[in-house]
Amino acid sequence: MFLAHFGKYLLLLKSVFKRPEKWRIYWREIMHEMNEIGIGSLGLIVIISSFIGAVMTMQIAFQLVSDLIPTSVIGQINRDSNILELGPTISALVLMGKVGSSISSQIGSMRVTEQIDALEIMGINAPGYLILPKILAGVVMIPALVIVAIACAIVGGLVGGAISGAVTPTDYINGITDNFNGFTVSVALVKAVVFGFIITSIPAYKGFYVRGGALEVGQASTHAVVVGCITILASDYIITALML
Amino acid sequence: MITIENIHKSFGDNHVLDGISAYFEPGKISLIIGGSGSGKSTLLKCMVGLHVPDEGTVIFDGEDFTQMDFEERVPIRKDIGMLFQNSALFDSMTVEQNVMFPLEMFTQMSRQEKLERVNFCLERVNLPGSNKLFPAELSGGMKKRVGIARAISMSPKYLFCDEPNSGLDPETAIVIDELIQDITEEYQCTTIVVTHDMNSVMGIGDKILFLYKGQKWWEGSNKEITRSDVKELNSFVFASPFMAAAKKNF
Repeated sequence: MFLAHFGKYLLLLKSVFKRPEKWRIYWREIMHEMNEIGIGSLGLIVIISSFIGAVMTMQIAFQLVSDLIPTSVIGQINRDSNILELGPTISALVLMGKVGSSISSQIGSMRVTEQIDALEIMGINAPGYLILPKILAGVVMIPALVIVAIACAIVGGLVGGAISGAVTPTDYINGITDNFNGFTVSVALVKAVVFGFIITSIPAYKGFYVRGGALEVGQASTHAVVVGCITILASDYIITALML
Repeated sequence: MITIENIHKSFGDNHVLDGISAYFEPGKISLIIGGSGSGKSTLLKCMVGLHVPDEGTVIFDGEDFTQMDFEERVPIRKDIGMLFQNSALFDSMTVEQNVMFPLEMFTQMSRQEKLERVNFCLERVNLPGSNKLFPAELSGGMKKRVGIARAISMSPKYLFCDEPNSGLDPETAIVIDELIQDITEEYQCTTIVVTHDMNSVMGIGDKILFLYKGQKWWEGSNKEITRSDVKELNSFVFASPFMAAAKKNF
């Protein structure tokens, strides 16, 4: 069953990556999707990441029981945790729920109301027109959102630490600038690109092949989010194992 | 002209179409009628390539459509206009964008030329000034008319209509029928309509195919239908007491 779905998914991607009928039309769709995925999710990512950074600071401070370890370590751990894992992965899981369910519902609704059939009868490559702009927008905007998430988490940690008294701003800033390894950002961006592809392609697949009515569209959307989240976590593990 | 030869289609153990052959002439309206589950919509979808027949061929003006891959079908598909049962308008686009969509994808017309063509099509279906409305703001009849406007925007050679009067009041249904008739005459297109509507059968059907249990059970004109002695056809066409009473006047 899994192999059948995976094969069908790959065949759909083959149709998605065919040469577009008219790049100008596709470009317009790509810009629209970048706005929907990127700008539309910015507020949510800022809020979630800020709180995660603040909570992480307090929890690290709680666990830092030895007086031999300087409190600037809190900043360092918070920085690396957010860059390597929390920034990309938590953001991706949140975006799978928001963006992924929206994509699946939108395409699924088009399927059950014969809009996809109308595209195909016109001679338009429906997978390409509907899905390619979403995938391209995802792999561009989700890494951008991850960078914003990391920045907000680090700032959130500073504010949270200062308010709670867990760490002074000076110590925190010393920590986040200490022993910084730029490779961690590369890992984060690789994860973000892969997650961006997963967040857009899996829900698009589920929506494209839905059959039935409103109930089935909803079920496809839920299933897409579940499968997508599991895929994100699995690929997170693989990328971490390969790169670190 | 469209020719279908020996079309078979099954879904699992359900044999929906069982060897249907027919031809459809340009400038004429051919109606496909039959009870629910007789295979009408499946036949229509086989003809436009949404379903792949298990056996048989669909030929558009001498070209075997069934043997073509997606790219090879594009030139023929540009000549096809289709009106869906629920109109299938693109929800995220305005009426103007819906009608302009095929022109944007497949022509090199300037913005002004496309706009003129869109306005012409909307005037043709008696919906001038509706350009900025979204499908959600339209009534059922208006959606059907926008669907027709989109279908004719590329001046089609072949027009397919899947239950065009479904969900419409009798007056609006007549308007849609008349539009289909006028467009068929104007563009000399090969028009195929799947319908349950007996008013359409008697009003605009130049040729009628009656499907029964997946087979072509009867074929003829709307005048011949009243004189047919095929039991299944008569049970279907004159099922309502009104039609049965009207039969006496034919």
